[in-house]
Amino acid sequence: MAATRPIRLFRNISAKIAAIPMILTAMVVFVGGTAWTVTYSFTSSKLLPKAKFVGLDQYERLWNTPRWLVSLENLLIYGICMMVLSLVLGFVLAALLDQKIRFENTFRTILLYPFALSFIVTGLVWQWLLNPDFGIQSVIHRMGWTSFNFDPLYNADIVIFGVLIAGLWQGTGLVMCLMLAGLRGIDQDIWKAARVDGIPSWKTYIFIVIPMMRPVFITTLVIIASGIVRLYDLIVAQTGGGPGIASDVPAKYVYDYMFQGQNLGQGFAASTMMLLAVLVVVIPWAYLEFGGKKHV
Amino acid sequence: MSDTALLSSAPPVSGDAMTGPRGPKPRRRFSRRNIFIYGTLIVVALYYLLPLYVMIVTSLKGMPEIRLGNIFAPPVEITFEPWVKAWAEACTGLNCDGLSRGFWNSVRITVPSVLASIAIASVNGYALANWRFKGADAFFTILIFGAFIPYQVMLYPIVILLREMGLYGSLTGLIMVHSIFGMPILTLLFRNYFTSLPEELFKAARVDGAGFWQIYFQIMLPMSLPIFVVAMILQVTGIWNDFLFGVVYTKPDLYPMTVQLNNIVNSVQGVKEYNVNMAATLLTGLVPLVIYFVSGKLFVRGIAAGAVKG
Repeated sequence: MAATRPIRLFRNISAKIAAIPMILTAMVVFVGGTAWTVTYSFTSSKLLPKAKFVGLDQYERLWNTPRWLVSLENLLIYGICMMVLSLVLGFVLAALLDQKIRFENTFRTILLYPFALSFIVTGLVWQWLLNPDFGIQSVIHRMGWTSFNFDPLYNADIVIFGVLIAGLWQGTGLVMCLMLAGLRGIDQDIWKAARVDGIPSWKTYIFIVIPMMRPVFITTLVIIASGIVRLYDLIVAQTGGGPGIASDVPAKYVYDYMFQGQNLGQGFAASTMMLLAVLVVVIPWAYLEFGGKKHV
Repeated sequence: MSDTALLSSAPPVSGDAMTGPRGPKPRRRFSRRNIFIYGTLIVVALYYLLPLYVMIVTSLKGMPEIRLGNIFAPPVEITFEPWVKAWAEACTGLNCDGLSRGFWNSVRITVPSVLASIAIASVNGYALANWRFKGADAFFTILIFGAFIPYQVMLYPIVILLREMGLYGSLTGLIMVHSIFGMPILTLLFRNYFTSLPEELFKAARVDGAGFWQIYFQIMLPMSLPIFVVAMILQVTGIWNDFLFGVVYTKPDLYPMTVQLNNIVNSVQGVKEYNVNMAATLLTGLVPLVIYFVSGKLFVRGIAAGAVKG
């Protein structure tokens, strides 16, 4: 047995060499990097990482920092609104586009183009549109409705909804596209059968088509959710986390503590919490998708 | 489409939709249903186009006109000065050579990153599809799950790795980071594509004595141009639009365009020149927008590829 080993190792050697970057990325960066960050989140690292373990101190401090709680609350509000609204809007738009309409390609192109733009560009455009002195508010003031008040970017209570408008503008096209692909994947005979039975089309959508599209919905949800957790660029460009810390999000909290606050331990603890949140979403999904059957 | 309301309840225009008894029951063109569908879509489309329109209009106005006028109004006097200023004169910190610096940095980052990540991922996907070896699938699964880990978790370990290699703050370092984070999705894309090719092709080549690289270069590569284009679109837009890696892994004079744009627009000192800001924003968005409008269906395919499950 021992004598055959070297031969087995060298069999298929080119493929193994070709896979080295993947193996290194998977093991060193993804597994190794994650393990490193999690480990060092239990240390008192400040400017440089130090292996001085302090137990759960960083987490205790994290959960006692108002800024973290604000950023978590923001992410929660943004996340729930984004998920619900982009799914509903994306599905409705896809259903409208699926009615064998003319100019389908034109509409689809228009609805999807913001997705090609970066969050920085998105954030800056909406910062300009929502500018209270020159933007939408001022236009409406000039039309005579002077009591109209719409300056979400300068109002700490609703600033996250200002970001949400921009996020929806950028991301709904993607959901629409995924949903449209899902709708096209549904057997046309189902529609015929429903029509023969005299079921109105909205009922067909809700009780037949949507349940059939469950896998598409789940995949879309996972994509939206993993985008939400990463929410960073948009905030930096549109509000800079302001006014004050009112639109802070976890990703920005991590960045600021790691690279500006010189408080690495806090950054590691916060990013570990982000990882935990993602695992809570991804593990049940992976279980649903791949659990039981072996995936190819 | 604006006159549809007038005809809402009118019978179909005679001889217009009637092409004979074939096909489904002919629909009335201006039924209430159609008005609802087209009306909604047009309103939504206008909402989606509005920011692009405002960007263009604002970037062509002079500052006095912006201060006095309405952001939706078309420019009274078209000026290209904001564009020139955004490209060549806008300041970030002490540098006043405009966005052009960021543009060229982004080009120098994007081109090698796209080539490297596609080269690595395509060979990798090919190995996974046709030359499976023990353990390959385990690594692949880890790679795919790695795509879900928030970047923030891996930011600092990569700083350490790059510092150890002496690449921290250099373009090479950033190019490596882009290749690493492009790997999960691209490998998945290529693996699925190569798996879908007929296996007989591969077997025939094997029987004829072709090896790993020979099959890759002479058979697989020529057959998979479309998927390479899809991967390219995906990567060019993704890397061009990146902000986080650019700001973390490079130095100020190597900042990519997105980072520089943000610094120009959100700088606190000086008078805000909204027209220059919008011109700069448009300039940064131009590359992905052109790619998007030119590539059309392939772009959608790239997105759909991002959505396929592993």
